[in-house]
Amino acid sequence: MLLSDGDLQAIWLTVRLASIVTLILLLMGTPIAWWLARTKSRWKGPIGAVVALPLVLPPSVLGFYLLLAMGPRGLVGQLTHALGIEALPFTFGGLVVASVFYSLPFMVQPLQNAFESVGDRPLEVAATLRATPIDAFFTVAVPLAAPGFLTASILTFAHTVGEFGVVLMIGGNIPGVTRVASVQIYDHVEALEYSHAHHLSGIMLVFSFLVLLALYVWRPSPKKGA
Amino acid sequence: MFGAQVQRRELKMSGIHARFQLDWPGFTLDVDLQLPATGVTALFGHSGSGKTTLLRCMAGLERAPKGCLSINGDVWQDENQWIPIHKRPLGYVFQEASLFDHLSVIGNLQYGRKRVTDHQKVSLEQAIELLGIGHLLDRKPDRLSGGERQRVAIARALAVSPRLLLMDEPLAALDLKRKREILPYLERLHRELEIPIIYVSHAPDEVARLADYIVAMEDGRVLVQGPLSETLTRTDLPIKIGEDACAIIETTIGEVDANWHLARVDFPGGRLWFRDPGLAVGSRVRVRVLARDVSLARQPPEQSSIQNVLLGQVDAVGEDEHPGLAIVRVRIGASKLVARLTKRALADLKLESDQDVWIQVKSVALME
Repeated sequence: MLLSDGDLQAIWLTVRLASIVTLILLLMGTPIAWWLARTKSRWKGPIGAVVALPLVLPPSVLGFYLLLAMGPRGLVGQLTHALGIEALPFTFGGLVVASVFYSLPFMVQPLQNAFESVGDRPLEVAATLRATPIDAFFTVAVPLAAPGFLTASILTFAHTVGEFGVVLMIGGNIPGVTRVASVQIYDHVEALEYSHAHHLSGIMLVFSFLVLLALYVWRPSPKKGA
Repeated sequence: MFGAQVQRRELKMSGIHARFQLDWPGFTLDVDLQLPATGVTALFGHSGSGKTTLLRCMAGLERAPKGCLSINGDVWQDENQWIPIHKRPLGYVFQEASLFDHLSVIGNLQYGRKRVTDHQKVSLEQAIELLGIGHLLDRKPDRLSGGERQRVAIARALAVSPRLLLMDEPLAALDLKRKREILPYLERLHRELEIPIIYVSHAPDEVARLADYIVAMEDGRVLVQGPLSETLTRTDLPIKIGEDACAIIETTIGEVDANWHLARVDFPGGRLWFRDPGLAVGSRVRVRVLARDVSLARQPPEQSSIQNVLLGQVDAVGEDEHPGLAIVRVRIGASKLVARLTKRALADLKLESDQDVWIQVKSVALME
């Protein structure tokens, strides 16, 4: 067996984390992307910048602030305490919350682009065909933006799989709880178990390549005419 | 005074009453229209004249802060209410077909249809048949030609059984060939459906062919409005659709002379011969007579190459664009033609109102 039980556990945890984060971000990111794509508000710029922050912010900085917020004296920490939920740092839940922030732009930006390229016209047409705005959103905007949803989901999933810094800051390194694949590799290297590190790294490399290959091969061809 | 108010109300009950005021940077729309609730009304004007904006206001795609709109007494917008577009019983055809690319043709047709409950005016089959798209139903929009796409878009708008059909330059994005392909379908809508159509266009030939009523717009205002032929033959404010003043006569083919390849159109007051367009006797046609092709004489002309000679009366005289030219409107029974004369000819002939005059028509064009 190439992979140890610890490796398999880490991979399973990573997949679980990435799936949950992708699902949450589909629900959370879609309305944000929709708003950003359609608003004429002066808040579009600032909100867009905030969403994009994790793209440029060092993960440790994001992790540090999230840790403070989730800690016993942070706002989120006090909230979880008041609600009787266990403190988020060093839990799987904490990891999910942190990853949602960290991967937010990878969901929002492709979706925003997709919604923007759908444009106003199909929604106007839908309205003249008696569709309410919500109806038009689900029956016209979402199907027309379907390639964007696929791209955004793949990117979000892959990016969550690949995160390391934020996980280390928020989740630490607890087997089966917060020790995801990237952290497991780090552990292997720390322990000079290079062959183990090789196997897991190889899997990550192949996975990442396949994801990008899928994105580039399936990229929808530009639409013809109006 | 009370009577006038009642009359005004009755006027509002039938027909389309549209009043909109809109102030955008660099553009103002200010119109107050009373339009017939039957036939085709053309909103005619150059780009930037506000015709599309007016149409979008009527649809509810733009919300004019000050506006009133009622269709046969049903209020869609006034000071107190604004019915959102998806609740207005209208059909809208955009300049580009704007089909839903993720749906097949039949999916597009059914999109609106399954969202309405009142299917009385138009059946789905009728919409498909009227636009001749029965063989395209299973296709995806990207497998259609430009003309086919626009026909599907028109059928889609009809399939919701609208009480008002709004069309925003539906032919402007098409080349001449596709335009020719679609115009007959539009004429069929006009003839076979009892849905009032508001048709935005800057193309004179479309207006001449389709419109019953014309609203000419300029800079967000109404320049002149009225029934098509009456408005075109106005001498005080001549509206030209195309380069030249003209009259449009709605008529039928009365006789075809196969020997000389000629056809005769009959209209109230007269008949005109022109080259045979190949239509059956009884076909409804519109013909256009340009003012420059009409000359007037005090005596019946003899042995002239111009064989269309009608007796009529001088109706009105007006200025043409050039100071040396005048436009004379003549009555032939219930129909009217316009003639362009030099002012000297006008003076020499000593034409006066209601005077009998011989009208020579050099050329008649079928609108197609």
